[in-house]
Amino acid sequence: MRLSHQILSITLILAFFISPPAPADENGAALYAENCAVCHGNQGKGGVGVPLALPDFQYAVSDQFLERTIRRGRPGRVMPAFKNLSETQVRAIVRHIRSWAPGKPIRYPTIKVSGDPLKGRILYKKNCAACHGKNAKGGKGTGVTFSRPRDLPIIAPALNNQGFLYAASDQMIKATLMNGREGTPMVSFLKQGLREQDINDIVSFIRSFEKRAPIHAYREPGHDKLTVAYESPYGMKETIAALKRAIIGENFRIIRIQTLDSGLVKKAQEDHNKIIIYFCNFQLLNTALAVDPRVGLFLPCRITVVKRHGKVMVYALNPKHLSYLFNNDELNKLCDNMSKVYISIIEEATL
Amino acid sequence: MKKFLPFLVLIFSLSVSNPSQADNLLMARTNLNFPEAMLKLQDSIRNHGYTVSRVQRVDIGLTHSGYVTDKYRVVFFGKADLVTRLSNDYPKLIPYLPFKIAIFAEGDDTLIIAANPLQLTDKTYPELKPVMKKVEKDMLEIFQTMRNNEE
Ligand code: HEC
Ligand code: HEC
Repeated sequence: MRLSHQILSITLILAFFISPPAPADENGAALYAENCAVCHGNQGKGGVGVPLALPDFQYAVSDQFLERTIRRGRPGRVMPAFKNLSETQVRAIVRHIRSWAPGKPIRYPTIKVSGDPLKGRILYKKNCAACHGKNAKGGKGTGVTFSRPRDLPIIAPALNNQGFLYAASDQMIKATLMNGREGTPMVSFLKQGLREQDINDIVSFIRSFEKRAPIHAYREPGHDKLTVAYESPYGMKETIAALKRAIIGENFRIIRIQTLDSGLVKKAQEDHNKIIIYFCNFQLLNTALAVDPRVGLFLPCRITVVKRHGKVMVYALNPKHLSYLFNNDELNKLCDNMSKVYISIIEEATL
Repeated sequence: MKKFLPFLVLIFSLSVSNPSQADNLLMARTNLNFPEAMLKLQDSIRNHGYTVSRVQRVDIGLTHSGYVTDKYRVVFFGKADLVTRLSNDYPKLIPYLPFKIAIFAEGDDTLIIAANPLQLTDKTYPELKPVMKKVEKDMLEIFQTMRNNEE
């Protein structure tokens, strides 16, 4: 009994010291490099995501805004929700982001801005819609522009987005409109001649999106099946020939036909009962990459023909299923269409 | 008192363990230029016991449509016996085999992207999970190697 008491108190003491891990234990720089740098750049200069290092951005946003943005992300706008990071990890990342702009981060009072959303709507159309889009749905391109040309150096974020509305307080939105963000296309609307009451009206218009049905949403992993699979009534050779015809009929070009294990085994050992057909349509490829370069991972297009247990089967990945990986509304439509194209090619060839 | 001890030890170990980010899409940025990053990626894939089966161009015509880069490839890799076994036993996985990582230039940096192999598993085949866990572990290490540029 005494011994277990001692062990217990040692355990408790240890637990007290080691858990929860002291904030300084988390390496914010490493966590940032692992989770954020790919889109926001190693130094927060932007790239896929908007810049995070600009002084005017840093002065305008509270730590709470940053923490909430990391947690909740921006549904449908590429910025993911980091649900697996712990509180301390999120705080460590925020500390790292803050290291780019010295000074004490702002804290906004929680007082709501009161204005007239109907007046705000008219002002929004006149002053903001050109960049932030109709109904504040955000600029085209989500900042996922990598190296392709874009209309603006930074794409205007979606303001009707539930992730943004959750993170941004009324006072933060108001301050952004009053001061603008130097170094970005977002200017001070006080300097543009709007009165403070106009700005209050616009803030209450933006806030009003919180009560409407969200138009951006995350897709869930299981929302559609992983693989498209069809049985062919023909033999291997005939099925491949029929697929080639159907592919060309849908305006694609055959790029390459190979075995599934090509390059993994010696040529003589390749399994000719598993054949991959690669094909491509440059127009479609370029459109897809322009919307989200990451989608090249699933290009060029591919159909696989396999003989198993005496049956010839035709398989394709399902772009509609995969779309959830990218959290990009613009890409979703393309993916859904591509699923239809795959199905129509395979159905035609296996009719 | 003795009854509580294992419980406390459990709580203790849970609170120290570091939640890993099981992201669906693996992504990394390296400040190596494209040719250097490509070499390093292939080395790292081989060091993990895989064969690079093919490097596929994706950027045909990219420069004509306004991209500054024409450096875009998909690197396919696998292990012969693993790919054969998975494609025989789990036909649903066939379109996703061999495994792949996309690599492309962004300015002076290079980005790499892959789908987490765990997304290929579901409840129907619980025995598949440990296999994909291992591939995931290898891929996470490959991505981490690409992030660390000091050598
Ligand atoms: C010339 C294009 C342009 C116009 C016009 C414009 N914005 Fe912006 N706005 C931007 C850009 C670009 C950003 C992102 C700035 C950054 O990266 O920090 C932005 C940022 C914002 C933000 C912060 C969003 C966030 O996620 O932090 C708010 C709020 C905002 N704008 C509201 C408005 C409102 C309201 C108007 C009209 C009164 C307006 N903007 C007009 C381009 C514009
Ligand atoms: C897959 C790319 C991607 C990753 C990874 C990513 N972001 Fe973002 N992030 C974006 C995009 C794109 C936006 C702009 C969303 C929009 O336009 O509506 C954004 C917006 C933001 C904003 C809001 C900026 C503003 O002006 O209000 C913050 C803060 C932010 N990200 C922080 C992070 C942090 C911290 C991480 C890592 C934990 C991270 N992001 C990871 C793409 C990404």
